[in-house]
Amino acid sequence: MTLPFIVFFVCAILAVVGALTLILAREPIHSALALVLVMVSLAVLYLLLGAEFIAAVQIIVYAGAVMVLFVFVIMLLNAGVEERTDYSKLAKYAGLPLGIFLLLALAYWMFDSFIGKQIANGVGGTNASVSTRELSAQLFQKYLFPFEATSILILIAILGALVLAKKDE
Amino acid sequence: MIQFPAEQLANLHRLAPELVLCFFGILIMVADPFLGPAKQRILGWLAFVGTLVALGAVRLMALDQGMAYNNLISADAFSIFMHVVVIGSAALAILGSMQYLEQEGIQRGEYYALVLFASAGMGILAGANELVTAFIGLEMSSISTYILAGFRRRAVKSNEAGLKYFILGSFATAFFLYGIAMVYGSTGTTRIDLVRDALEKLITAQGRLDSLSIVGLALIFVGLGFKVVAAPFQIYGPDVYEGAPTPVTALLASGPKAATFALMLRIFYVGFGTADGLWFWAIAISAVLTLCIGNFAALVQTNVKRMLAYSSIAHAGYILVAFAAGTVYGVAAVLFYLAAYVLMKVGAFLVIAHLGQRDEQRLKITDYAGLGTKQPVLAACFTLFLFSLLGLPATGGFLGKFFAFQAALDSRIVWLVVIAAINSVIGAYYYLRVIIAMYFWEPSKDYTPSKVAPAVVLALTIAAIGTLYLGILPSHVLDYAKAAADSLTLH
Repeated sequence: MTLPFIVFFVCAILAVVGALTLILAREPIHSALALVLVMVSLAVLYLLLGAEFIAAVQIIVYAGAVMVLFVFVIMLLNAGVEERTDYSKLAKYAGLPLGIFLLLALAYWMFDSFIGKQIANGVGGTNASVSTRELSAQLFQKYLFPFEATSILILIAILGALVLAKKDE
Repeated sequence: MIQFPAEQLANLHRLAPELVLCFFGILIMVADPFLGPAKQRILGWLAFVGTLVALGAVRLMALDQGMAYNNLISADAFSIFMHVVVIGSAALAILGSMQYLEQEGIQRGEYYALVLFASAGMGILAGANELVTAFIGLEMSSISTYILAGFRRRAVKSNEAGLKYFILGSFATAFFLYGIAMVYGSTGTTRIDLVRDALEKLITAQGRLDSLSIVGLALIFVGLGFKVVAAPFQIYGPDVYEGAPTPVTALLASGPKAATFALMLRIFYVGFGTADGLWFWAIAISAVLTLCIGNFAALVQTNVKRMLAYSSIAHAGYILVAFAAGTVYGVAAVLFYLAAYVLMKVGAFLVIAHLGQRDEQRLKITDYAGLGTKQPVLAACFTLFLFSLLGLPATGGFLGKFFAFQAALDSRIVWLVVIAAINSVIGAYYYLRVIIAMYFWEPSKDYTPSKVAPAVVLALTIAAIGTLYLGILPSHVLDYAKAAADSLTLH
């Protein structure tokens, strides 16, 4: 077992544990902190794939800025312990097994695929490191249109916040 | 050295409708604070003008067809046809909104800006030749409509609709995105035409399709199936359609649905077109479930708005029947159906929006009793739309169904057509019940009809004439649909 391999598994397990805690925790602040864990472990995974820029952005924007906002909102709203309604029977007895089945099926199909077999045999995997320079070339030349369209998407989100927050006249 | 991609500006005209829609959306945002509460109606008309200019821009797009932005956007006959459908539905919804918003006391500029941004997103969906671009378009149209669904903030039902749509919609988007990642993993590209080439190579090399791409397509189907309200992803549909402000429901049931079907056609027919029969069973089973759930659930509804919500689920089923055909004629049938469907559905929902009166109080079928004598013209209009939804001859809905069934029969999927035809007969019951209530039930005494605003009259006239036109003289639009289908499958 090589070092990247060990780091990968540690971070992958941390990410999954964080995600589960995020859903299961009853205190909103615990959920928020679990989300930080998820974001940071994902950043490490990006680093392992050779995407330094994405990893940095992940830490700065998601684990940093977005999470600060989350924590502030939780603090300002003084959000208490989450109230649970009765669990839906359907979700418990049909949803959970089906969800696990989907997870296993996806894992199997991914492993079964051409790429999956290559990675399992140690041949494939991405070894092309994505430098910031390459990334920006892709973003501002080849994928300029989705990049520009995202600005409209953000404008829509701002409008939405305005609609929800504005006082009635 | 990275240079500014100047050549990308050269074909900006192929994006003209989106640019116009976004321009007018921003214009409305800027103009909003300068207009007093009394003059907010001007913004509605400004938005309507925006959609008209956008339709003109579609004409511009049609003059010089081809690819734009590194082949990310395709301005072909297919995209042009769908642009007209989605922008037209937005125009009708805007016309139907003005009186409604005033009466509910929520007349605000943001509403119209969001409708325009949503239709820009739908335009991108119709033309996207690349999955990430399509994803941005899908998010633009989805996020706008999440907000619009919850626009009546004081109404609990509207809040529920907005929240439900937002949470489940985001979940579905995640599926779509995951699917894109899988397809990218297996083919190394997100461009739909290159996905086709890559899969072809993969099939010749291995003799079968890579399982990763199949899972990817399945996940994409989950995501898009949710957006077109196809079973088994239809759970949220009736609640959202019932809770959203009725003109928004008119938009939800028409534009985003049509645009998402356009994207589905492009991904399934172009991207995965070479994989023979790969997606047939998924579409066919979904079609049967959608038809049965939509029609049977609509039978027991007493709320007309909710009934029409189920009816729009059922109509997604008929569209899927044509989709399952897997031929050029099938694509043309889907396109014609969408054109007819948008007109009749927007028309029907706008009538409901008007009759609902303040706070949407009058939505029960008993509230429609005796409408035929109290408001004969409005009742006649509603009857026409219901007949079209039912599929009576001389209406667009009839020919839409006819072409859809014919396309499926040409591909020898007789069993599916039989199920769809049986469902169509079941559907007749709940449409006719409303018509009978309007003409044969004793009118309720406490009801005073309100005046129909000129904008609503205009919208209903366009929808009614369009429905009749498609029903009586379909050849013109059908030719366009066929040309569009050809341009899609030409690759």
